Amino acid sequence: MIGQLTKTERQYALLILLGLALCGLMFGIAGNHDPLGVHGALIGVAALVGIFKVISVYYDPEPGDERLNRYYDDPTKFGIILTMIWAVFGLLIGDWVAWLLVKPDFTLDAGWASFGRLRPVHTTSVLFGFGGNALIATSYYVLQRTSRARLADQLSPWFVLLGYNLFCVLAVTGYMMGITQSKEYAEPEWYADIWLLVVWVVYFTIYLRTLARRKEPHIYVANWYYMAFILVIAILHIVNNLAVPVSFGSAKSYSLFSGVQDAMTEWWYGHNAVAFFLTAGFLGMMYYFLPVRAGRPIYSYRMSIISFWGITFFYMWAGSHHLHYTALPQWVQTLGMTFSLMLLIPSWASAGNALLTLNGAWDKVRDDATLRFMMVAAVFYGITTFEGSFLAIRPVNSLSHYTDWTVGHVHAGALGWVAMITFGSIYAIVPWLWKTERMYSPRLVEVHFWLALAGAVVYVFAMWNSGIIQGLMWRTYNESGTLAYTFVDSLIAMHPYYIARAIGGLLFLIGAIIGAYNIWMTIRTGIRDVRDSATDMPSPMLGGTTVLESGE
Amino acid sequence: MDLEHATLVRLSKSFGLFYLIALSIITVVYAYWPSNRKAFDRAAKSVLRNEDGPWR
Amino acid sequence: MFGLHYRLERKAIGLTLGIILVASIGGLVEIAPLFTIHQTVEDAPDMRVYTPLELAGRNIYIREGCYACHSQMIRTLRDEIERYGPYSLAVESKYDHPMLWGSKRTGPDLARIGDKYSDEWHVAHLNNPRDVLSVSVMPAYSWLLKTTLRTDDLGAHLKAQRTVGVPYTDEMIANASRDAYGQAAPESPYVDGVTQRYGKATNVRAFDGKPGELTEMDALVAYLQVLGHLTDAAHKSVTNAVR
Repeated sequence: MIGQLTKTERQYALLILLGLALCGLMFGIAGNHDPLGVHGALIGVAALVGIFKVISVYYDPEPGDERLNRYYDDPTKFGIILTMIWAVFGLLIGDWVAWLLVKPDFTLDAGWASFGRLRPVHTTSVLFGFGGNALIATSYYVLQRTSRARLADQLSPWFVLLGYNLFCVLAVTGYMMGITQSKEYAEPEWYADIWLLVVWVVYFTIYLRTLARRKEPHIYVANWYYMAFILVIAILHIVNNLAVPVSFGSAKSYSLFSGVQDAMTEWWYGHNAVAFFLTAGFLGMMYYFLPVRAGRPIYSYRMSIISFWGITFFYMWAGSHHLHYTALPQWVQTLGMTFSLMLLIPSWASAGNALLTLNGAWDKVRDDATLRFMMVAAVFYGITTFEGSFLAIRPVNSLSHYTDWTVGHVHAGALGWVAMITFGSIYAIVPWLWKTERMYSPRLVEVHFWLALAGAVVYVFAMWNSGIIQGLMWRTYNESGTLAYTFVDSLIAMHPYYIARAIGGLLFLIGAIIGAYNIWMTIRTGIRDVRDSATDMPSPMLGGTTVLESGE
Repeated sequence: MDLEHATLVRLSKSFGLFYLIALSIITVVYAYWPSNRKAFDRAAKSVLRNEDGPWR
Repeated sequence: MFGLHYRLERKAIGLTLGIILVASIGGLVEIAPLFTIHQTVEDAPDMRVYTPLELAGRNIYIREGCYACHSQMIRTLRDEIERYGPYSLAVESKYDHPMLWGSKRTGPDLARIGDKYSDEWHVAHLNNPRDVLSVSVMPAYSWLLKTTLRTDDLGAHLKAQRTVGVPYTDEMIANASRDAYGQAAPESPYVDGVTQRYGKATNVRAFDGKPGELTEMDALVAYLQVLGHLTDAAHKSVTNAVR
């Protein structure tokens, strides 16, 4: 794949990797009495592997100018494979920790395997590993098609993709060694944060540079969402991660903010990570793949623009609904609640827009599991955003906060919306990328769909039940005016739901494994087909039949 | 010093509202501006035409 | 050609600026007033900083991800106050970099856990929660008792804390490692330094039951036992409200 790089790009790649290796060496030496040293070694090894790879193709013939007649899809292909690896790994860890709440002695008596350290491994792997790779891979694809221009160069997409995965690996291995900032969804420590910032800036320049070469005057709305995702995540990341390291040789740092200020900053970040990572980014995905797969233009383009600015604007204010009834000033809580309620408008506009696009294509939804993945994703998006606004209401939040209801809500969004739209998009994109007629087994796509749906529903219902029971038990008084239940009573009541949740997660995991197998087999057939008919490359098909019907 | 915080809060509360209204109006006007209609329709359909490679 | 290109570029940049502007102002409006919030935060003159041992314990609490299942924020709701104690005040976490308010109670709130149970109870419970409570789903942290606490870098930790605004004195920074040892070794000559720098009310005990050894268990239990006791402000404000 890196054989496609030009001579200059190979030289730059070597230069970057040498710099990275030096950084690794520096951290390895400075942090030799600290877990940081292990990460230094890891960075060094990763860089050395890269250097070896580049050198091995260094004297290969350069690619000709005919490459400029094609889109550059190699990073997207590799990104899709990484996405599926992270999906299986992240879901596996997630289900494992779900079972830990049923059988707490499964921790192997080792620090790295205990619930507290594995939980961020799960969240980071699924959100940033699975979700992030899916976003990066599809964004390259969508950006090129909608701009009708090739990516501006060949090196920076690789830098972003691989650099981002290095960040994810640093994060996940760090948690197991006990390196964490403890800020939820922003756990990685200062050096990983700085690295991510560099990667992110390059990511955005790819967008700007490719857009500058576009042949379509209008920037398609999917790119707006992708750009909002990249930009705002950068702002959030910088502000929330401001910290002072203990020393250059220490992985540990102390957050610049404390107490109530830190709480507000953290949940301003946390909620907007949901907004711009898990919503805006994946809406971008939806606004491209859903219309293309259905063969119909988006129902209302105007509505997509209005909801775009609505989401960009409203979400920023909503974070404080995570802090109802706390020591945060009440006016900030009220502000958060108000905007969370208003958020329902652009959210439902988006969900409705997606479903109305399918109006007239319901026969396809019935027959095509890929499109059904996207349809169900839109439905879950609608449900989850309604639930989110509802949970942001102060009195409702007084019951739901701190309980499993929140966990259920997050997973309705993560499993139902994020994962479903991603799987749908991946099933659409894989045959296009590897130039096969269809997926290796459409039946397995069907099986995956039902497993994923069943898993998500079981999970969410289990958590709704446990959350509401928990919340009610904590606040129930008996007739004499004292609390009716101890905390332990509520813990015992959770047990059956924790089992149900772990089973739901297991179904979802099995679905993802089947999906990964199906994708892998499709790739293999694709590669074999190309080898068999090297002279006669099949032209890319748009999801089989969709092209024909687009001219209405 | 106490005044400072109060002023800041008041500014946040009042300015925030104006900002919200102004932005909503701008967005809706932009989305429904008659001359934009053609570009939007074209853009919506553009993703369905998928050429093999970039335009050169 | 240049003209067309320039126009296209401008559109993308315009969109970029638009997104930044629209998105960041919401954050500013909400967060900016919080930077002057110290003006409204209750005053707590008796508030003390964490001792080096407690800070080390806090870092273990963070390292093990305890915050994922335990909150440290009692909300202003009747049942929470009756279950956990007076509701949490902003001032109580003013030296918490970062805060550990948490978001989930798989286990109970810990904001006022200090002094509720004995050191022995905590050690036994952390060693294997099922020994104390058969239905507990908490992981066992048995290795804490066997792991020696790292103290050589505590001075650097205090220094970094001072950089972000916690009022540690030069003397505290210089004696950080010794103070950490002294707090868990009641018979040692370092005890006086601890009480002199951090106040007479500071817990000085062999938290893990082994006076000669400074383990990670010492640090974590010392931290848990001081939770809710850095200041009396919360108890006072409740009595004031009642009055």
